[in-house]
Amino acid sequence: MLIKTPHKSQLNDFDVTNESIYQERRSLLKQMGFLGAGALMSSAMTKNANASFFGDDKIIFKTRPLEFSKDNENQGLIKTPEQKVISHNNFYEFGAKKNQPAELAQNFQVKPWQLRISGECDKPITLDYDDLTKLFPLEERIYRLRCVEAWSMVIPWIGFPLASLLKRVVPNSKAKYVAFETLYDPKQMPGQANRRLGGGIKYPYVEGLRFDEAMNPLTLMSVGLYGKTLPPQNGAPIRLVVPWKYGFKSIKSIVGIKLLERQPRTTWQKLAPREYGFYANVNPKHDHPRWSQASERRITSGGLFSRNRIDTLAFNGYGEQVADLYRGMDLSKYY
Amino acid sequence: MTSSTKIFILKVLIHLSALIPLLNLYFLAFSDELGADPVERVIHFTGIGALNLLLITLTVSPLAKLLKQGYLLQVRRLLGLYAYSYAVFHLVNFLAFEVQFDGVLFVNEVIKRPYITIGMVAFVLLTALAITSVHKLKRKMGKSWQTLHNYNYLIVILVCVHFYWSVKSELISPLFYLILSLSLLLLRYKKIKKLFTSIFPK
Repeated sequence: MLIKTPHKSQLNDFDVTNESIYQERRSLLKQMGFLGAGALMSSAMTKNANASFFGDDKIIFKTRPLEFSKDNENQGLIKTPEQKVISHNNFYEFGAKKNQPAELAQNFQVKPWQLRISGECDKPITLDYDDLTKLFPLEERIYRLRCVEAWSMVIPWIGFPLASLLKRVVPNSKAKYVAFETLYDPKQMPGQANRRLGGGIKYPYVEGLRFDEAMNPLTLMSVGLYGKTLPPQNGAPIRLVVPWKYGFKSIKSIVGIKLLERQPRTTWQKLAPREYGFYANVNPKHDHPRWSQASERRITSGGLFSRNRIDTLAFNGYGEQVADLYRGMDLSKYY
Repeated sequence: MTSSTKIFILKVLIHLSALIPLLNLYFLAFSDELGADPVERVIHFTGIGALNLLLITLTVSPLAKLLKQGYLLQVRRLLGLYAYSYAVFHLVNFLAFEVQFDGVLFVNEVIKRPYITIGMVAFVLLTALAITSVHKLKRKMGKSWQTLHNYNYLIVILVCVHFYWSVKSELISPLFYLILSLSLLLLRYKKIKKLFTSIFPK
């Protein structure tokens, strides 16, 4: 990936609309009343109205702008609007419905934070909150995200390669797998305290990668999106992004990374091994037992009538960079 | 108040409470104000709506018996037809917005995915009940009308299984619906037992 430092004069996405104008528009819409606004709205304004519909009054978690190098290769991709990226989340720790994390995660405390990297390595370390954004140069990566439920988004992540982090702890020769763990804190995460809200999965959430998958340059530790730090519903303060695998592999709000000799048992795999495998590579030829994976609905702007069904690509279109990792493997067996 | 006035008021209320949420849903969905993925929302809303209405329909006759208010039975047909209408919207949502008129994908999904197959069977049966709800047909069919409409008990169970099977992990809500449906059937224990012995004689 080409790394370029943006020019000081270059505008970022978040620079386009001045915060005060943004707030002004928002209050104007509120004065108009929601229904009235809906009827009069032009498509350019939809984004703001959306925000008011999702109840932005409640959004109190503060994100801050990050400094990063831009992803110049993928600027051509049509991105999913930010408001949709931060309001449509599968993060069962904050409720199993898509709109629940944005509502229930706003009081989440990310400071202080500790991320421990340990296991089969010579120099285990613990990172604190400031390390997450300061230890490595941050870069933008505009990636497709394909959910196992057959919808997808395009998201401009900010982060650093997981490989940079793993190199720092000096893995030993026994390190064959990497396991990740989400914070377990039922006081802050209502889904962990209430089985119904939490969708009946076991906590803490655990994910895993093979060591060579973890070292692939595409594998990203993300600390932000759309130019700012992550909101809690998207996995603040730090999450994994593995763009060629189904979304559930990209574990959120990580507190532990462990290098292991043996393959870890991951959360969805434990719950329904026939439906969710350890690899979970995006594969249009291997259906989920209950639905087709051959195509997907790409969430961009537009309502019910947007014709957004597109063919799903092998490895979510990243085959050139990752197909070699699976040479000789039967992908219908190792799904 | 005469019972015909009561029925009139009740029917107006049923029309309003069935139609307003539906209009509101599609207004928000078409203007892209229904969350990030309006497709999922309209499918779930109409699906759960159909099941709720089906259960309300099944509650009417035990309730009329309990309260000794026979006139209540006259709203069953309207409720049943709204249950069917919600089911129609549910299916149309799936066809138009989820698979987006990809006929091959639609047929494949109906055949290959047991939970969709079951949902489809329930829908076909419900269609038969909706068509035969016309008064003229009811009179023409005589006794066989009741036999056909007893399939409602099977339909509600099929719908619960369809729901249970469709979710990824949270099983509490579909189980709650299944228990609710079974309790409504339990109230008709004698009738269902009779039905069974007539279908499977010893």
